[in-house]
Parts: sequence; structure tokens; C-alpha cells
Amino acid sequence: METAENYLVKGDPLLEIKDLKVSFKTDEGIIPAVDGVNISLKRGHTLGLVGESGSGKSVSTWAVLQLLPKSAIIHKGSSIKFHCKDGESVELTDFKSKSREIRNIRGGEISLIFQEPMSSFSPVYTVGNQIMEAVRAHRDVSKEEAEGIAIDMLSRVGIPNPKRRFKQYPFELSGGMRQRAMISVALSSNPSLLIADEPTTALDVTIQAQVLNLMKELQEELGMAIIFITHNLGVIAQIADEIAVMYLGGIVEQGTRHDIFHNPKHPYTMNLLRAIPRLGKTDGGRLVAIEGQIPSPMERPSGCCFHTRCSEYMPDRCNVNIPQITQISPEHTVRCFLYES
Amino acid sequence: MSASSISTENMSTSAVTAKESEEALRYYSATQWQLIWWRFRHHKAALFAGTVLVVMGLCGLFASFLSPYSAVNRDKNYLLGPPQMIQFWDQKGFSLRPFTHGVTTKRNPTTLRREAKVDPDVRRYIEFFAHGDSYRFLGLFKTDIHLFGVEEGYLHLFGTDDLGRDLFSRTLFGTGTSMSIGIIGVVIAFILALFIGGVAGYAGGWIDYTIQRFTEIIRVIPVIPLYMGLAAAFPKEWTTMQVYFAMTLILGLVGWPTLARRIRGQILSLRDEDYVVAARVAGAGAPRIIGRHLLPAFTSYIIVDLVISFPYMVLSETALSFIGLGLRPPAVSWGVLLQAAQSIRTIQHAPWLFIPAIFVVVAVLAFTVLGDGVRDAADPYSVSEG
Amino acid sequence: MSEQPHRLMEIKNLKKSFPLQTGFLGTGGTETVIAVDDVSFYIESGETLGLVGESGSGKTTIGRSILRAIEPTSGSVHFEPREGEAYEVTGLSNREMKAVRPHMQMIFQDPYSSLNPRMTVRDIIAEPLVVNKLLKGTDIDKRVLEVALRCKLNVEHLRRFPHAFSGGQRQRIGIARALVMHPRFIVCDEAVSALDVSVQAEILNLLGDLQEEFELTYLFIAHDLSAVEYISDRVAVLYLGRIVEIAPSKELFFSPLHPYTSALMSAIPAPDPDSPMQPIILKGEIPSPINPPSGCHFHPRCQFVQTECKTMRPELKEYKPGHYSACHFSDVMELPGASELGESSSIRTSKIRSSN
Repeated sequence: METAENYLVKGDPLLEIKDLKVSFKTDEGIIPAVDGVNISLKRGHTLGLVGESGSGKSVSTWAVLQLLPKSAIIHKGSSIKFHCKDGESVELTDFKSKSREIRNIRGGEISLIFQEPMSSFSPVYTVGNQIMEAVRAHRDVSKEEAEGIAIDMLSRVGIPNPKRRFKQYPFELSGGMRQRAMISVALSSNPSLLIADEPTTALDVTIQAQVLNLMKELQEELGMAIIFITHNLGVIAQIADEIAVMYLGGIVEQGTRHDIFHNPKHPYTMNLLRAIPRLGKTDGGRLVAIEGQIPSPMERPSGCCFHTRCSEYMPDRCNVNIPQITQISPEHTVRCFLYES
Repeated sequence: MSASSISTENMSTSAVTAKESEEALRYYSATQWQLIWWRFRHHKAALFAGTVLVVMGLCGLFASFLSPYSAVNRDKNYLLGPPQMIQFWDQKGFSLRPFTHGVTTKRNPTTLRREAKVDPDVRRYIEFFAHGDSYRFLGLFKTDIHLFGVEEGYLHLFGTDDLGRDLFSRTLFGTGTSMSIGIIGVVIAFILALFIGGVAGYAGGWIDYTIQRFTEIIRVIPVIPLYMGLAAAFPKEWTTMQVYFAMTLILGLVGWPTLARRIRGQILSLRDEDYVVAARVAGAGAPRIIGRHLLPAFTSYIIVDLVISFPYMVLSETALSFIGLGLRPPAVSWGVLLQAAQSIRTIQHAPWLFIPAIFVVVAVLAFTVLGDGVRDAADPYSVSEG
Repeated sequence: MSEQPHRLMEIKNLKKSFPLQTGFLGTGGTETVIAVDDVSFYIESGETLGLVGESGSGKTTIGRSILRAIEPTSGSVHFEPREGEAYEVTGLSNREMKAVRPHMQMIFQDPYSSLNPRMTVRDIIAEPLVVNKLLKGTDIDKRVLEVALRCKLNVEHLRRFPHAFSGGQRQRIGIARALVMHPRFIVCDEAVSALDVSVQAEILNLLGDLQEEFELTYLFIAHDLSAVEYISDRVAVLYLGRIVEIAPSKELFFSPLHPYTSALMSAIPAPDPDSPMQPIILKGEIPSPINPPSGCHFHPRCQFVQTECKTMRPELKEYKPGHYSACHFSDVMELPGASELGESSSIRTSKIRSSN
């Protein structure tokens, strides 16, 4: 996996999402899932997307790969700009979900790993076979060469005895092994962006630590950018450079991980950080719970989505208007009236 | 980076909140069957198919009232006669009362066959609630009133068979017989399946194993020879009624294994659901767990299976009667009716004898479409998440 | 606590194995999965005992065996809901269990599958009362409303079906059901694992409040160690069906005596970018419980493994007051704990590691 594209500099812009809006058509009507999301990601950086259920964190990234189900609508005016390895930049929303262009992007530029690796492998082919296929789809190599590359990759993601594993079927591997194998498939095309959708959620803690370490190592080695989606604040603190906090389809706060964890501005972020039990720090005390329930996407609150549960709720303001994005520092933005002048 | 464009959307949502919350409340306190019905309503084709089947069922149930003649009434002047049209208009002009033309029968001197000829000069007006053959209405009281008839002579909407019996009346009677055989067959199969599959699923272990192997043995016996063997065993002297019930029993006995497997599977998968464990931890005994938690959970799936297995029952009856092993004349069923339409001669001379086949096809299609719709609605809790 | 704490629950030598048929038509013979392998512990009245472990550790099996939701293979469960009222739960017939059931209940992990979607919330909460014939008529409704209100549900909710509720609300319905008979002991089986972070805190708080109000004793089963540390007085760590360590929760998290506990604690990602995780990466994966390793189950992954670890099963021994560990070398090792505390993140070198 040679990094031939030396002129691609870490820190150059890679992905720019502007005003992304996605809705789903259902029997109950049109349900907004992502509502005006802006993300920009630099080469080699890791962006963490944190959010609870219904926050739209997965939907936004599926939109990047045009992998949304048929019932989804990407609204006009949404823009997802991606800078390819060859220096050209493309608008991903222009591509149809089955077009050759987007397939080239999916295979060569952006890869995806999921929470449940079992579902991304075909149960009837060996692991090695599927990795080889992925390798040969992007590189012009013979079967023998591909096998060599595949075995090399299996060992690179820390799978012991890769020659034996190569011949095994997905069900013969444990959850952690499968996740590693999936990472190796995802990285076989040497992508410049890896989207990891809750990759460690189904794993045990000790295995999660292994996989997180592996991802960090591979990023250092291969230089790809990562969008890491999770609901686990501990994991995000350990892996992300920048963090976007999502709530009900929108980003409420965005900044470096230090901004988010040490200087949170949005009431939701602050609450969330106080709501998680921390080892040794919540001695006998109560956790600060966020009042109420996450509203169903069908009954989105008016104004600021969070106003129904917010401790800083200002009547006639938060429930009427939508707060604008406010810059706290060059890299730290928040969407809350508390900071609007 | 602006958000102004979103605000308009949100304004509109707040306006409809009041109306929505009432709807939501109705949804929140809806029972399983209400949810299933709400979902089913969206399936227009299934709704239509259901209506067709209900109409067919009613036709069968009230056959003796709806049909102008009994199944055995012979019109000796109109053997193998083609369908007669109901008309409002003829060469004599318009008539508000619907009528049909009379027929005269003459023997064709060359073929020596009696041939009916429409006589356009004779108008036979149709009467409603006409008196005709007497029958017992739903077995309750004796009457001779039929929905319609003609003053004198006969009216044959679907024509007649070679004995001059009215095909329209016979088709209605046949619909009743065939559908009731299907229903009773399905019910017998269902009761057997519920018991056998239920025991296997809930008891598990060696009981399950034994029952499963037994079920498999029943399943591997080829159906047609089995039917033939059983049907051939009917004593000749049995009455139509006895044969009828024996038929339903055979269909039920052969039909249960598939259903039993499904029920067993359902119970097995539900038995370890958390809410069943919760009931057990609460101290609920087997009867309550089965009655309150397991049965209600899979009845909707079982209904789907019943609906889908129904056409097989009807088709089996039709097939058996068609090859002469099921119901025998004077009983009337779709199979018996189609038996009369077996020969080439029929196709050539009396294609209307195939009319009952249209009913079979429509019924089977309707059941399939209905089954499809019910299946989609059967699990109202599988919320389609985007 | 209005009464003196006593040993409410004493579990001795609990074992549970499942037969597993292999091969075509079961001809491959039977193998056994030993889910719980000779586990003993006690729970004091009014305390919360946390039970942590990774997949295959047998934590759920233990919880369900205690409640006889599944039948343990062997072992005894001694249960004293009040002083002077004692039961040998494992020996009771189904009829005799009727007297014990009202005292012990369970809260489930999945708020979606643990409520029968075809029953109203009122019927779900009332079910334990109805099947045990504890109350009649309007008394049932009175009690149901009382616990429902306590769990922050309202009258209006009782008429609804579970599909009307979100995860957190459903979990509160499940808690109300567990609470309706006023039990003494509740097994919380991953009760907050499936919930969103913001809702999880609320449920943890509720569980804490209810414990005080109803003098409840909890067995809190979870894989989320931070939640366990928060709610538990003592914590037991399971590995492949055996308890490897029990200790008061603070002590367990920050000065573990067993190498597995230590690795587990170090692997918790701290929600703080300034205390980077320095996990002790364990070799390989959790072995299959069908064919567990000999001796100490943890030895193939242990970095301090010695020859006796491979043959001898270590006993669960008390090394400090109330701190039990099942390791041959617990008295000679000094292990790092959770990385949250500033000082522990600079890994203390262990005595054995240097000699190894």
C-alpha cells in the first residue's frame, strides 16, 4: 500500500459538506433526518460525530457515499464536495447512487466500516476471497499477487496467523477479528477517507481498545482521514481531532476535542458531558440528567430543536427562531442564542 | 453557513401540532388489531381482494336465494344451451323492465340433436323476488322466493349443461360448497396444527423431536396418491353429506404439517423473548404465558398462513372432484362443475361450461393478494425506520 | 436504612452448563458450554453489587439463574428477604416459588423486547400482581398508579401501548413492573446499556432514588464499567464463567489485584482528551466457553503467566478486607487501574513484569 500521492498534504481540504438536508418519505409523511449540516474535513484528520439516536449522524455520512435508501431525499442546495487524489474536486450529490462515478469514489477514495461487520461480508465466500476481490477491483494485479497483498493486509490489521484466517469463512471469526478483517477490506483500496460508523459499539471493552489502537496506528501509517461516528463520549475523546455534536439532525456545536471537552458552549454538550458517569469523579453524587425525552423526528420542536429539554431555555426566543452559527474561536462554532450578540 | 432557510419549515410544523397530537393519542392507545387494520387499509389491492372474497362467500352462503333455480332443476327444452342475455332493447323497441327472449327447441334433422333457437318475438320479463323451487333458507325456514326469475319458462345467465340444469345456479351452489370445504378444511388443519405445533414448540426436548419427525413423515407422503387412496376408500353408499365431511377431514389431515411447523417456529422464537421471561419471573404459569403472551403474538402470522393455505384447500378439492375422486354428483362444487367441462366436445360446443373455472381463478388470485396484504400488516410493531 | 444490613443473598457453587449438539443430526455427540463455573458470592441487604464481564462471561446467566428464570445445573441460592424469612431458592418447586417471586424481580436490557407490545402499560405493570393474586380489583389500579407515578409516568400513559413510548420511557415502565410487588431484590440486567446517554443518567438516578425509598438491593449486571462504578457499592468481575475479583467499587477500579481486571480498567476510554487511554492490550480474544483453557482461564492472555497458572485453578481469596481475587500472584503484583486518576496513568511498573 504505497502512498504514491506525495503531493497530497496533510491538512489540505478533503471533504466539504454545505447545508446538507436529507428527509425520508414514509407512510406518516416526510420526516427530516438531517437538517442543514456543515462539515469540513482536512486530509489526515479525524472528525468525530457524536450524537444520540435520531441525531442523523449516520444519515449524513451515508449521504456522502450516496448509500441512502430509496425513500431518502437529498434537498436541493445541499452540497458535498470531495477532493480526489488526482487533485480534482467533485460534487458527490451530482452522482446517482448506482453510477460508475460514485462507485469509483466508494472503492478508491472513501471506504466505510460498520458496527456489525458480519453483515458486510458474504457468508458464502472466505474472508481471503473477499479481500482479494476488493484488492483486484482497484488494482491491476494477478490472483497470486492479490493473495499476497490480502495476507499482508490481514497481518497488518493484527490478525494472527493470517494464512489460516485467509481460508476461513466470516462466521468462523470472532467479532473483533471480523471488525479487523473489515478494516483491512476498507483500507485495501488505500482510501483518503475512512468512514467508521460505530465500529466499536458491538465490541467488548478490551477488544474496543485493540481496534481503536489499530485505527490510530493505521492512520499514522497510511495518512487517511477518518470520520468516526459514535455515541460514546469516551471513545470520541480518545480518537477524534475535531468533534461535531449532533442533535436531531443538526450540528449544535463543533470544535477541537479540547474545545468540546474543556470548553463546551452549547447547553446540550455541557449537559451531555455532565450526564455520563466518570470513573472516580461522581462519588456518591447524582448524575445531571437531561430533562425529558429525545423528541421523535416526526414531532420536531419548533425553533431550536433542543429547547424542549434545555436548562437555559428562553421563552419566545428559543422556541420561535432558529439560532445562527456563532464563532467562538476560529475552530469552535456553536448554534445557540446564548452566544448570539 | 446560514440557517435562515430552515425556519420556514418549522413554522409550518408548529401550526399542525394540535391536530397531530390528537391523532397521536389515538395511535398510542390502539390495540394490535386496530394497528393491523390501519396498515391493511393502505393496501388497496388486498382490500379489493378481500371484498371480492366476501362477496363470493355471501354468494355461496345465500346461493339458494340468489340463484333462480335449484341445482338439479332440469330445463328439458334447453339442453347445453348458451348463456341468455338480459336485454332492455330489441326490434320491438325499448322496455324499462329487463327481459330475455324465449327459446323454442327443434330437433335438427341432419344431426338429430335437439337445438334451441332464440325466438325474438317472445319477451320474458324478469321478476324480482319470484316464486320458484322451494328450499330452506339457511336451513331455518322453508320458502320458495328467489331473488329473480322469469314469469314463464327459464332464464339461464350462464347457459345450461347437457342435462339442462342452470349453470348460474349451479355455480353459486358450487361456490358455497367449495369455499365451505376450504374453510372447514383450514379450520381442522389449524386446530391440529395449533395443538401439535404448540406442544412441540412449548415442550421442546424429546417431545419436540418426536413430533417433528412424525410431521416430516406426513409431509413427505406425496399428496395426490394420498388423496386418491383416501378418497377411493369412501364407500359408494355414503350420502353426499358424508362424503362432503370426509373430504374436509382429509384436506384438514393432509394440510396441518406446514402450519404446525410454522406455529412451532413462532413459539420457539417467542419463548425466549424478554417479555416472556419477564412474565415467568413475575410468576406466571404456562397457561397464562401461552394465552396472554404467546398466542396473541403469533395469531396475526397464523392468519396470514391460513389465508395463504386456503386456496390450496380449494384447489385440492377442485382437483379431486375433477378427477372424479372427490364429491360426486348430485353434490355440486367447482370441481364437479369442471368435471363436466373435460372433453374436447365441450370446448367446441359449449365453452360456457368453463365459467366456473373463472370463479376458481378469481378466488385463488384474491386469496393470494389478500394474503400478501395481511402479511404486510401482520406485524404492526415493525416500525420502518429510515 | 431502617434495618441492620444482613446477607440477603448468598450464592454458593453456582454452575450452569448448556449441552450443545454438534455434527449432522446430533451425531457429533454433545459438548457442553460451561456458562457459569462454580461461582460463589453474597449480596448484603441494601447494597448494589455490580457484575461486570465481557461477552461469554456468564453474567446474564448468573442473574437469571438466581431468579430461576433458567434452571442452574447445580449450586445453591440462599435468599433472606427479611431477617428470619429464608428460602433455598434452588430447591423450590414451582408452587413454592410463588412465595419467593414477589420478593425478587428483574429489569431487562432491551426496553423494546421486554414489554409485550400487545398489552397496555397498565396491564404490563399490573401483571405480577395479577398472576400472584396479591391484590384485587381497584387496589390493583391504585398500586399500579402509585408505582407508575413514582417512575415518572402519568395516568394518561397507563392506557397506552408500549409502541407509544421512547426507550427511556419504556425502561421506566419495565422498572415500574419490577417494583409493583414491592420486592426486596432486583436484578438489573444491562438495564441502561441500550439507552441513549442523556436518558441513561436519568434512569441511573431513578434506580438510586428507588433503592433508598424502597430499601432495595440490586444486582447490577453491565458491561459499561463507568455505569457500574457509579451505581455499585461492590463489584464482581467475571471472566469466562468465573469470578476473578470482587472488591468495593473504588478499590477495584483503581487498585485491582487481578491482571484481567487491570487490563479491563485500563481499556475504558476516558471522556477526557487530556488523559489518553493507555490500555494494556490483551493478547488475542476471549476463548470459547465450550473449551475453556486449563488452570486459570485467563492464562493464555495474561502477560504475567507462570507455569502453575496453566495447570492450577486459582482460588478466590481475600487479600485485603473485602477484596477478593482469584490469581496465584495477587499478593506480589502491583497493577495499574483505570486511567482516569492522574497518577495511575503513569503506569507503575510491576514487580513481575520486570522479572518476566
